[in-house]
Amino acid sequence: MSDTLLEVDDLRVTFPTRTGLVQAVRGVSFSLGRERLGIVGESGSGKSQTGRAIMGLTPPQAEVSAKKLAFGGIELLSISSRQRRSLRGNRIAMILQDPKYSLDPVMTIGRQIVETLRTHEKVSKADARERALAMLQAVQIRDPARVFDLYPHEVSGGMGQRAMIAMMLITGPELMIADEPTSALDVTVQLDVLKILDKLVAERGMGLIFISHDLRLVSSFCDRVVVMYAGKVVEQIKASELRDAQHPYTRGLLNCMPRIGFERHPLPVLDRKPEWAA
Amino acid sequence: MSIAENQVAAGRGSARAVAILSSLGRFLVIAVTTYLGLLAVTFFIGRVIPIDPVLAVLGDRAPTAVVERTRREMGLDLPWIEQFYLYVKAALRGDFGTSVLTTNPVMSDIRRVFPATIELATLGTLIGAVIGVPLGVLAAVRRGSLIDQIARIIGLIGYSVPIFWLGLLGLVLFYAKLQWVAFPARLDVVYEYTFTPITGFYLLDSAMQGQWDVFYDAYRHIILPAALLGYFALAYISRMTRSFMLNELAQEYIVAARAKGLSETRIIWGHALRNAAVPMVTVIALSYASLLEGSVLTETVFSWPGIGLYITNSLTNADMNAVLGGTIIIGSVFIAINLLSDLLYRLLDPRTKVG
Repeated sequence: MSDTLLEVDDLRVTFPTRTGLVQAVRGVSFSLGRERLGIVGESGSGKSQTGRAIMGLTPPQAEVSAKKLAFGGIELLSISSRQRRSLRGNRIAMILQDPKYSLDPVMTIGRQIVETLRTHEKVSKADARERALAMLQAVQIRDPARVFDLYPHEVSGGMGQRAMIAMMLITGPELMIADEPTSALDVTVQLDVLKILDKLVAERGMGLIFISHDLRLVSSFCDRVVVMYAGKVVEQIKASELRDAQHPYTRGLLNCMPRIGFERHPLPVLDRKPEWAA
Repeated sequence: MSIAENQVAAGRGSARAVAILSSLGRFLVIAVTTYLGLLAVTFFIGRVIPIDPVLAVLGDRAPTAVVERTRREMGLDLPWIEQFYLYVKAALRGDFGTSVLTTNPVMSDIRRVFPATIELATLGTLIGAVIGVPLGVLAAVRRGSLIDQIARIIGLIGYSVPIFWLGLLGLVLFYAKLQWVAFPARLDVVYEYTFTPITGFYLLDSAMQGQWDVFYDAYRHIILPAALLGYFALAYISRMTRSFMLNELAQEYIVAARAKGLSETRIIWGHALRNAAVPMVTVIALSYASLLEGSVLTETVFSWPGIGLYITNSLTNADMNAVLGGTIIIGSVFIAINLLSDLLYRLLDPRTKVG
């Protein structure tokens, strides 16, 4: 399969704690082409740590292992940290949850975008500025020249997240990992930001890993869905076939989604069976 | 940029200038209010302490008539509110009366001794910040490593060892044994008559006059006490830097910076330290201000003719004009440094509104 962008086979992330080793990710496998893959799960299911392991942003005390973790034919776990860094922000990028915390508060938005570009490409200051302005335009910021000179606290959450997307897309990465990119935003803004993200991913033919706890969002936005539970993949399914999911955990998640017109008392509670985690 | 955009930018610029000016105005109001408070406190202290200013001047053998006349001359028979008014008026002119001990106006005494303290404190703070900040950064970045432990021990010693003891020890080692530094004083006696200070900062004055032998001599005298004060500042500054840096390194924007593929050097010095610098300004300014109060012990051990020594000598001789004058000057410097660090804080952190 030449179209495979990312291959993950038996990925494990282990944290040492006071009470012994804890595996946050326990043998996750999937592959990704130029498509939109959703990873859903509750908090603590290991979905974020999966994303960070692919980025190479696992905390230093933790251990990452995998039979295969290959991006575009490069075995990520066997290259140097320097080579790893030159991929980050360049060919693999990541969007974090809350622009309030994920943008440097004392640096203007423009400088943060230019910084990504100039880390990976040799461009003059003037050219970098031009490209950053074009990128801000691409994420549908109306007045790029003004926003360029603003500090993160001076823009709204939606605009901050667009700036974040601009900062991470300016180098033209092939793979984007979006870790709960809309969870911190107002519901009304969520859709706008998602549309922009979707459009850019489609236009540039990128692969997207969309990490979220919002099953409805993921199923409407992604091509495929990976359901994680306790560090494991319990089900992989096409988003369009989600209604026919087999695994009881996925069914449980689906069952928890409210439907208009159906009032339910009491609200359903998720079943968590230890054998699913085994 | 188009012309319209230029105008917008210029408009934003001048709006910012106005905002800075108006906040400067507010700073001045705060400064003046605090200064008046300081004068009130010193005035009050001057009245309640059981030292009779007339007795201090005349001694206890003066005839009653002379005592009464002097009391009137000093304005001590006036109602206290009028006394306070005269006191403030004189203080604003920089007139704190005459020192009984030196028979000079207090202000001219202070003009002589304060530069010695400022020179020492500035050099000490510089040493403390230049070494303390990188040490704190390293300790935070390599948390739990050998360098973190070493930084911790250095800090702990700095906190707990008495400065006069370390000063004596330093003199025994570096002056008496190794002869690396000069004896306790500001200059060798030889230069006392060949060198005329301009500003009172000997290093600066000698460099300005091109008298490099004097500069070297002043350097040999100041380096040990400055290093000592610097060490104590360093202990504090490095611990605070470490804790501010740990706080910043745990923030999400650091993860984002890593996701952008930035080098660790750039992340630590360009992002984390730049954010940690905001509270660091206050820490360094306060530590500088506390050194400016004149460290009595250091100045005593090193026979440093600074303001700490001056005030202590005046106090033991019941020379209240000198004590209160010195207190007001130190208080004013404290107010000024506080305002300055506040202003710097606002410049460094775009989140604090300038207006």
